[in-house]
Amino acid sequence: MRHLISLRETSVADILHILDTATSFKEILARPVKKVPTLRGRAMITLFYENSTRTRTSFEMAAKIMSAEAINIAVAQSSVAKGESLKDTLLTLQSLKADCIVIRHHASGAAQFAADHLGIPIINAGDGRHEHPTQALLDMLTIRQHKGDIRGLTVAIVGDIHHSRVARSNIWGLTKMGANVHLIGPRTLLPNSGEQFPVKVFDNLQQGLEGADVVNVLRLQTERMEKGLLPSNREYSRLFGISVRSLKWAKPDALILHPGPMNRGVEISAEVADGEHGIHSAIEEQVTNGVAVRMAALYLLMGTQGSPTQEG
Amino acid sequence: MKMLLFGGRVLDPSQNIDRNADLLIEDGVVSAILDSGSFIGDAERIDVSGKIVTPGLLDIHVHLREPGFEYKEDIESGSRAAAAGGFTRVCCMPNTYPAIDTAAVVLQIINRANEVGLCRVHPIGAATRDMQGDQLTEVDELKSAGAVAISDDAFPLQNADTVLRTMEYCAMLGIPLLTHNEDKLLTEKGAMNEGYNATVMGIPGMPRVAEDIAVARNILLAQKTGCRLHLLHISTAGTVELLRRAKADGIPVTGEACPHHWVLTDAACAGYNTDAKMNPPLRTPEDCEAVKQGLKDGTIDCIVTDHAPHAAYEKEVEFDAAPFGILGLETSLPLVYTTLVKPGILTLSQAIAKMTAEPARVLGLAEGIGTLKVGAPADVAVLDLKKEWTIDRNAVQSKSKNTPFHGMRVHGKAEFTIVGGRVIRIK
Repeated sequence: MRHLISLRETSVADILHILDTATSFKEILARPVKKVPTLRGRAMITLFYENSTRTRTSFEMAAKIMSAEAINIAVAQSSVAKGESLKDTLLTLQSLKADCIVIRHHASGAAQFAADHLGIPIINAGDGRHEHPTQALLDMLTIRQHKGDIRGLTVAIVGDIHHSRVARSNIWGLTKMGANVHLIGPRTLLPNSGEQFPVKVFDNLQQGLEGADVVNVLRLQTERMEKGLLPSNREYSRLFGISVRSLKWAKPDALILHPGPMNRGVEISAEVADGEHGIHSAIEEQVTNGVAVRMAALYLLMGTQGSPTQEG
Repeated sequence: MKMLLFGGRVLDPSQNIDRNADLLIEDGVVSAILDSGSFIGDAERIDVSGKIVTPGLLDIHVHLREPGFEYKEDIESGSRAAAAGGFTRVCCMPNTYPAIDTAAVVLQIINRANEVGLCRVHPIGAATRDMQGDQLTEVDELKSAGAVAISDDAFPLQNADTVLRTMEYCAMLGIPLLTHNEDKLLTEKGAMNEGYNATVMGIPGMPRVAEDIAVARNILLAQKTGCRLHLLHISTAGTVELLRRAKADGIPVTGEACPHHWVLTDAACAGYNTDAKMNPPLRTPEDCEAVKQGLKDGTIDCIVTDHAPHAAYEKEVEFDAAPFGILGLETSLPLVYTTLVKPGILTLSQAIAKMTAEPARVLGLAEGIGTLKVGAPADVAVLDLKKEWTIDRNAVQSKSKNTPFHGMRVHGKAEFTIVGGRVIRIK
């Protein structure tokens, strides 16, 4: 594994390797002194073209726990604002001797573009609607910790599938691991040609939740309403909101995931989010697992055993 | 001054000629098609044994980029690319800077092309000023200066009322309107065909119906106005069917197709390959089949390239940000021969007709264009169909290298062209 761009192009063996490595790293996060020297002398640069607190901080935390240098580039302050091309920006960061670039970009394919043009490991922290592999990996790590083997589980992904890179990474990762994946959402937010994916597609929440062991609730972007893809938050919530009532359609012990940040009362009710009424919500645990997964990704891609050799 | 091309096979669909024969050119015009082995004492003799001698190929849809975008292509490099591809005549689209919206720009292009002298060039005038989609251009002045058609290519007219007025005006002046057919409201932010591949890649899609709707609207307006309508770069099965029905209904409409729209599908975009990004986009296997069927049954009148050079740095960007368009002039003939003629979809004569006499008919170009009739200008292509070669983006004449066909093994290549009796050999 030289990069982490998409789970569609990551082997089952590599996915398992990352999850197993992350599982062993979780112990470090429980220590009072969260610092290991594993990546001392290595430098990770995060290059974020989209606002993100959660993902960028998670990568930064992961790097620092592993004793790597973490340098964050926010695009508004960089030469990108002066019109520099993505290619030139990337080449500059490589010449600064970064050992790994973590990139988030509004254009699908931007991480692949970086990998095509640079000789250092690239981690995709979300590119357009394409993929967000570390999010799906942390979702899978969380599922594994609660449910054991992923194989044979039914995982329902609810919401704006069409625009969601989280959904795409989950579809590939989960189906590779042997899960049955249900995609649920209004037709205006379901993916085009969804029937050609190895999943079942539903525009009815009750039908889609039937038999679900895991319900992964996607964030509803308010800009979807502005585009006329939905009439209102209220109607969306009525038809597709995950609440105590609608969760009765899933299995009684269904695990609730959400990539955050949540719109309480829209795609997910407060009771479900907070795990009241005996509901198994793992949303906070997902955040911690995110650090473990990113530690694993950084370790495997820029640790000495990962041997990135084509610097500069 | 006489020249005899001897030993070849003369193929001229405009006269139903396909036989071993010698072509005699005298003072820049076709003088005679003679039985093989004829002896003309005072003629320069050019041995074309084993080669096909056809009217010079005609591409009515290219972007030469001059004036304004000479870093992508200019009239000289575009003419070289055309000549290397067997073309002796091209029509260039108006999305230059300034746009071809005044007689001055028309004349500038014609004069520059004549100076270069490698390929004849006919400008196509813009439908609206600066291609902004509202104020009509001075169509009669454009036509008088030498524009052979009017088009909205690259900036498709969205307002049906503007299309209606443009058609009424073009119908009055007897000049064809060439439309890029796209409902932009359905393709906003789109960068490739809507479908499974776009969904996997996370690229906003351009649905096929966006083309079909615009085609249907334009056909209905052509029926209302009697304007000669020509549909540019047909890419969908729906458009082929709409054109077929319109022709059956006697509406004055014709259509064209580009090789990439039957050779490649949207799967070629995989890996975010910006050299497979053009507009209309690469579609599905069913669309490729429909385009081939349309060419076979005559629904689609002619073959063009939509030659659209872009600099490497413009294409070396995020897929969404890359400009639409690919090269075409140097790969058209081999792709037509390899993917249509060799598999038996078109006869060689039908294929050559769609690259010579048919596009001339579509635009109503002057008598003597796209033909080897006696007295016609001696614009000739000499083709070596036995040649097998590999398309190499680094070996093109164009200033740009944006071809998705790099590395493809093909058959057939233009050996040289003759323009007005002058032999043009590139390289």
